[in-house]
Amino acid sequence: MHIAIIGNGISGITAARFIRKLSDHRITVISAETDHFFSRTALMYIYMGHMRFEDTKPYEDWFWAKNRIDLLRAYVERIDPDQKQLELRDRAPLPYDKLIIACGSTPNKFGWPGQDLDGVHGMYSFQDLEAMERHSPGLQRAVIVGGGLIGIEMAEMFHSRHIPVTFLVREPSYWNGVLPAEESQMVNRHIRENHIDLRLATELREIVDDGQGKAGAGIPGLGVRFLCGFGGRPAGVRPNISFLEGSGIETQRGILVDEHLRTSVPDIYAIGDCAQARAPRPGRRPIEAIWYTGRMMGETVAYNICDRAQSYDPGIWFNSAKFFEIEYQVYGNVQARPPENHASIYWEHSDGRRSIRIIYDRETLTILGFNLMGVRYRHEVCEKWLRDQAHVEEVLQNLSLANFDPEFYSEYEAKVIASYNQQTGKQLRLRQKRRLDSVLRFLRGATTIS
Amino acid sequence: METIKNIGLGSFVIALFTFILSLTFSQHVLTPELIGERVNSYRQEVLLEQAAPMLGKTYTSNLAFIQDLQPVLEATRQAIEKKAGIDPENGVWNAVYLPEGASEWEYRMGDGDIKGYLFSLTKYSATGLLPGNTWLFFALSMVLAVLGGLMYLLPDLQLIPGIKNNGIYLSHATRGVTLQLRLIFLGAAAIASVLVGVYKALLPAILTILAAAFIIFRIFQTNRQKNIKGQHSRTVTATKGLGLIGLAMGIFLIGFYVLLYFFPQYITNWTLMLDPISESLSGNPASQWFLYGFLYTVVMLVMGIRMLIKYRHNRYQLVRTSSVIFFQTAFAFLIPEFLVKLNQPYMDLKNAWPLDYDFYYDYNINSMVGQGQEFAIAGWATSVGTIMFIWGVVLTLMVVPLFTYFYGKRWYCSWVCGCGGLAETLGDPYRQLSDKSLKAWKAERYIIHGVLVFAIVMPGMVLYTYWTGSSQILSFDSYRVRSWYGFFIGSMFSGIVGTGFYPIMGSRVWCRFGCPLAGLMGIVQRFQSRFRITTNGGQCISCGNCSTYCEMGIDVRAYAQRGQDIVRASCVGCGICSAVCPRGVLRLENGTADIAQRTTEVRALHITPEGGIKLVG
Repeated sequence: MHIAIIGNGISGITAARFIRKLSDHRITVISAETDHFFSRTALMYIYMGHMRFEDTKPYEDWFWAKNRIDLLRAYVERIDPDQKQLELRDRAPLPYDKLIIACGSTPNKFGWPGQDLDGVHGMYSFQDLEAMERHSPGLQRAVIVGGGLIGIEMAEMFHSRHIPVTFLVREPSYWNGVLPAEESQMVNRHIRENHIDLRLATELREIVDDGQGKAGAGIPGLGVRFLCGFGGRPAGVRPNISFLEGSGIETQRGILVDEHLRTSVPDIYAIGDCAQARAPRPGRRPIEAIWYTGRMMGETVAYNICDRAQSYDPGIWFNSAKFFEIEYQVYGNVQARPPENHASIYWEHSDGRRSIRIIYDRETLTILGFNLMGVRYRHEVCEKWLRDQAHVEEVLQNLSLANFDPEFYSEYEAKVIASYNQQTGKQLRLRQKRRLDSVLRFLRGATTIS
Repeated sequence: METIKNIGLGSFVIALFTFILSLTFSQHVLTPELIGERVNSYRQEVLLEQAAPMLGKTYTSNLAFIQDLQPVLEATRQAIEKKAGIDPENGVWNAVYLPEGASEWEYRMGDGDIKGYLFSLTKYSATGLLPGNTWLFFALSMVLAVLGGLMYLLPDLQLIPGIKNNGIYLSHATRGVTLQLRLIFLGAAAIASVLVGVYKALLPAILTILAAAFIIFRIFQTNRQKNIKGQHSRTVTATKGLGLIGLAMGIFLIGFYVLLYFFPQYITNWTLMLDPISESLSGNPASQWFLYGFLYTVVMLVMGIRMLIKYRHNRYQLVRTSSVIFFQTAFAFLIPEFLVKLNQPYMDLKNAWPLDYDFYYDYNINSMVGQGQEFAIAGWATSVGTIMFIWGVVLTLMVVPLFTYFYGKRWYCSWVCGCGGLAETLGDPYRQLSDKSLKAWKAERYIIHGVLVFAIVMPGMVLYTYWTGSSQILSFDSYRVRSWYGFFIGSMFSGIVGTGFYPIMGSRVWCRFGCPLAGLMGIVQRFQSRFRITTNGGQCISCGNCSTYCEMGIDVRAYAQRGQDIVRASCVGCGICSAVCPRGVLRLENGTADIAQRTTEVRALHITPEGGIKLVG
């Protein structure tokens, strides 16, 4: 059986690797972007000079031949489900028995005037990185539109090359649809202390032609015109599905898939951030452009293709990011606008770059979530508490088990408890110190309250 | 801030040029008085005869002076041998006639004597600009370099603390060089070893050339495969071009080591500048080894300050860096000098055999056991030197394995060791240049364990000779084996390749491929240690910062993305992988349990046939 995979990102590659582990099927991975799989999340580090492109490849180049995964550098023009073949640009069609679409996303366009001018780019693909590189020499100012994770990454990228940045965020505070208010404000402050010209509650009206077909920028209400060679356009991404028109594969925003990641057409599957779940699990969105969900879908689809039915279940929500120097981790249900039953314990360091937030249910007192800024927590420990629906006071008294900061770092768990005690009038204390042995004991299931 | 940094950088460059040029700022005159001071009385007469054409003549450079002095010393050696009645052609190998009161080797001259006279006569025959103004040149070179360096580094305190790796691969100083250039340097080192080797030691020379040919062949082979397969070789401009400044830095370091190890007579002017400091510490004038120790310590201090500034948000790095600076300054530099001043044997108390490869040499044992201040412990008469010798044995046999069991080899390699200390300070800007390929890992295991075997066999032979008096073991002469080790491992590998190649092959070439002590501790760490790096569930995004900044060339990402704990023989526990991780995935830890379970077959975010997708299976 020949399995074709469109896209060599984390989803497609994970699928290929696990199909190889589970079977002897012929596998072809097709990409128009690069010859080899690289970590998309690391593109920014190439621009910033932290790494070379070859350092972003998680597997050495010999890996693919050794594991009999064929790589094809080609652009898929059209899928022909009746003939079961892919029509490729400048190449003969490629027949398949089963097809996995893992073609990822493309930057959003919102119909801004001037959005197609030279120097206006999103930041998603390797080609986008090359464009940023091409436009950087002599750049007087970069304007970034849209306040998500890619936006702040682009700000950090330009900042690393000493290019002044104006950062336009439509909302009144950075990423306030996801981050609770204090954390969102912490990031606002941090963006500004990095000398980024952050404009909150500011919308782009049009991108102004500088007279030579290149981008300048216009910002409504401020009367400012920036001369710039670059308008970052990271106002979100959307599934890259325009090439599927007429193929008969049912799409909405993304490619619609069932819980086994099957599309509406037999033998065609879709995974990663081009897929849209018809019935997402409670608390999950139908499209998630996240590294680890791509991995999970890749492995799930491999099982399904190899006749071992497996429904896709991403488990308990978690994520992480880094805003300039501030690391961010989240586990469980932490909401920017919390529902009535969410109670929150919040501690913030006096330097304003570190905080710990713990969310629990006001009525049942079960733990709901962890939100960390500048502090690292151990995923397995947090997940176990969340899965076990542990009592918030059990979590607090054993909170040191979750601490994952490097050795000799100050530990703030006592401060979190103090903050809880202050809110509730209780007298809780930390029961353990952070020690690997205790953590492993806890994870093996031994009780933590002695 | 930029201005201060630029002034600092400018000062440093001026100081560096002054330092290099100062080697030429002297004139040299050989006088009978000088010979009287520096040469023992039995040899003076013959040397004066042989040196007659040189006496009183002013040489405008040390090059010309040494060019004339070397044959004079050689001729002196022969003249003395003739006078002593040595006549190999007629089978007379030992001196027949000796001056009153002289032993044979007080009269005859060995290679060591010739080297010593070349050094001391060149050093003290110097007159002119530099010898007349040593303090001025000390200030203009070393002091100015330190001040310039600090001016360049200190303004970084104003930056927001955090990972500061911007532009490392954009800079000519730190981006490394192409594979071809790396091969040229490795090849040159191999050929140089061989040239010296053919002359002095044929067998290791042949082995070296075979190994070098094999490695170069394999690398070219891989490279060709890549070129056939890859339809394009794209690079973002960031990585194009030669790392010229790094290349220059590498050549400077290599040149320094070649002069230091093999031609110290050409760098006597540098030691003149340090005489006052050396005399105040140990009472002796500065040798080339004092110069080396002094520069080593100063460089580690300044670059250590850089490290402390760069990682001031990371307390593990602060403690660890302070520790290596302390051990270098106190244990490797000051304490041995004070010991000499107090008439005790010289010893770097933290330097453990087999890294300290001459610990079991006859002359070293003789210089320790029974030497120094004598005293009694519970009625047992002993001496400072004997206790030191016992400490040296205990250090290797008990302290090293025990500490490695509890904390991993990091307790030594990145907290105490001098080689490691230099790599963690001076070498930090180059840590990303280590080779992460599987091929390099395979080569590493062969080479380091090969050196380990050599490092154990060689002192074994030396001790055999020490006890039995016989230097012939199988068909090897233990003195020659010992000199092979000194040249190929001690000088070429640990010095020239180990440090000189920082900007070319990364900062831990010696520690990773060569150090026998690291090899030994690596075995303990791999199979019997509480140390491991744990990974954080499913948070890894495979970005590769950890692997890139691993100075030991460990592909950390390969473990992190699978959720495996990392237990690797080579890990020195520097903690940088954990520091540069943008998602908080890695943590260095010591624990008693579960090491085997969590290092095999565990993968994060992985489906088990029974249980569906698991965070950690």
